[in-house]
Amino acid sequence: MTFQDNTPEQPLLLRASKTTKFYGDRIGCQDVSFEVYPGEVLAIVGESGSGKSTLLNCLSTRLAPTTGAVEYRGRDGILRDLYQMSEAQRRVLMRTDWGYVHQHPSDGLRMTVSAGANVGERLMAVGERHYGNIRSNASDWLERVEIATDRIDDDPRAFSGGMRQRLQIARNLVTAPRLVFMDEPTGGLDVSVQARLLDLLRSLVSDLGLAVIIVTHDLAVARLLSHRTLVMRHGRVIEHGLTDQVLDDPQESYTQLLVSSILQP
Amino acid sequence: MSTPATSFTDHYNFAYLDEQTKRMIRRAILKGIAIPGYQVPFAAREMPMPYGWGTGGVQVTAAVIGHSDTLKMIDQGSDDTTNAVALRNFFVQTTGVNTTTHTKGASLIQTRHRIPEEPLSEDQVLVYQVPIPEPLRFLEPRETETRKMHALEEYGLMHVKLYEDIARFGHIATTYAYPVLVNERYVMDPSPIPKFDNPKMHRMEALQLFGAGREKRIYAIPPHTDVVSLDFEDHPFTPQEFDQPCAICGAEHVYLDEVILDDQGSRMFVCSDSDYCEERRTEGHTGHLGTNPLDAPSNGTAKDNASSKEACK
Repeated sequence: MTFQDNTPEQPLLLRASKTTKFYGDRIGCQDVSFEVYPGEVLAIVGESGSGKSTLLNCLSTRLAPTTGAVEYRGRDGILRDLYQMSEAQRRVLMRTDWGYVHQHPSDGLRMTVSAGANVGERLMAVGERHYGNIRSNASDWLERVEIATDRIDDDPRAFSGGMRQRLQIARNLVTAPRLVFMDEPTGGLDVSVQARLLDLLRSLVSDLGLAVIIVTHDLAVARLLSHRTLVMRHGRVIEHGLTDQVLDDPQESYTQLLVSSILQP
Repeated sequence: MSTPATSFTDHYNFAYLDEQTKRMIRRAILKGIAIPGYQVPFAAREMPMPYGWGTGGVQVTAAVIGHSDTLKMIDQGSDDTTNAVALRNFFVQTTGVNTTTHTKGASLIQTRHRIPEEPLSEDQVLVYQVPIPEPLRFLEPRETETRKMHALEEYGLMHVKLYEDIARFGHIATTYAYPVLVNERYVMDPSPIPKFDNPKMHRMEALQLFGAGREKRIYAIPPHTDVVSLDFEDHPFTPQEFDQPCAICGAEHVYLDEVILDDQGSRMFVCSDSDYCEERRTEGHTGHLGTNPLDAPSNGTAKDNASSKEACK
């Protein structure tokens, strides 16, 4: 790392050290090391097949890396290796301290239960047993993600793609997580809906002081949301730095190609 | 069927199953008792009756029944419905044990969909027939995932179902197979008994055994175990209540079945527990429709039908 823009007194939240995942002989991602600090948005960009999603899965305990470590600092202030923790601890982490926003909302939502129950599920999972509180909490969150509160009893199936994605975000944020993983959250949405979602995400992230690791192939998303950017190619990180620096003054030829291939209207 | 029991046992082992199978089932039962509410997998056998007829309950009963037992077999609370009659005959033929319809006189009761109204005692065993043992099944179809959820005590999803009920109907609309928490640890499906019966499971004196044949699971609640129905703080669990007594025996605070009397919309509510109803009648209780058919003047059925049709007009 050639820069130090983080306030030194803030301890790091997540650290990947030489994280490597092989699928048989093929490389998923190799020797990826970086740190994420509280309140920081990190974008992972690259073309399809560059290992972005593999890396995200390794970080979010969905896929065990072949070698290397991923450490996370819990609310108790202790940095722990995620893959040394018990599965029960990892699952508690997944539904309290973390969020995971899938590209397709149907992967992250329960499509057969109402919007209110979707938002309330995590609350019930951590022991909330008061229906009135769960409901008012759910309705608050729907409002925050700009879904009309009279839609609280509708199935997500009755929602548009943009609404589903916002519902998925509300569902993840209801337990006040500290770190949210996002896998192409704006993929498959039309441009105006994308813009609205990005705007919403940006304000939520800054209001809540969330740390976010966002995987995207869309450099505009990285530009709008993230503080720092990792550029991946063939499973390796080829460039790493402040987003503006990476996108305005790309050093690697591949990054230069990526930046110059953005269509200018 | 004059004396089929002797000829049958010439060719079949006592209680139909072979001794090794009974031993395997007893092991599963013991494990189930040791971990109240935990679903123990067992190698369910093919039984001479279709799935859905109580193959799980039959195997559990066959594994625990002995020569000295007195068996009561009920279906929806009744001793004389098809399922009860068929399974009772099965055990009469394969074991030759005494059977009874009296709850108090039975040492072993196999039931489908009800718990008898009469409180059970410590020397009785209640065997339930279970169609789907997994309470989380319809919320999470993956068996690997539900097992993990049980192991890690992740039961938030069960409340999602109750939440949905309240959001849609204004109250918890689940009326049967109402999920319970056993011994403060495992969430369990009490089989499709009405939620009216759930409070009876709480600290019941009798041993409760559950057998699911198709799903190959056995679980158990030892005597005096806490069984709590799940609910919300502001929407507490409430069993069904009936605003009228049994039409035949006048019993109150019992579970009633609705019986349609004609196509004009008239109906009556009667005890679903037929033995309880009969005992009350022999004690002299009568409901508003509860005349003794033997007392009525025998004018012939045709005329009876005609007069009842007139009465409907």
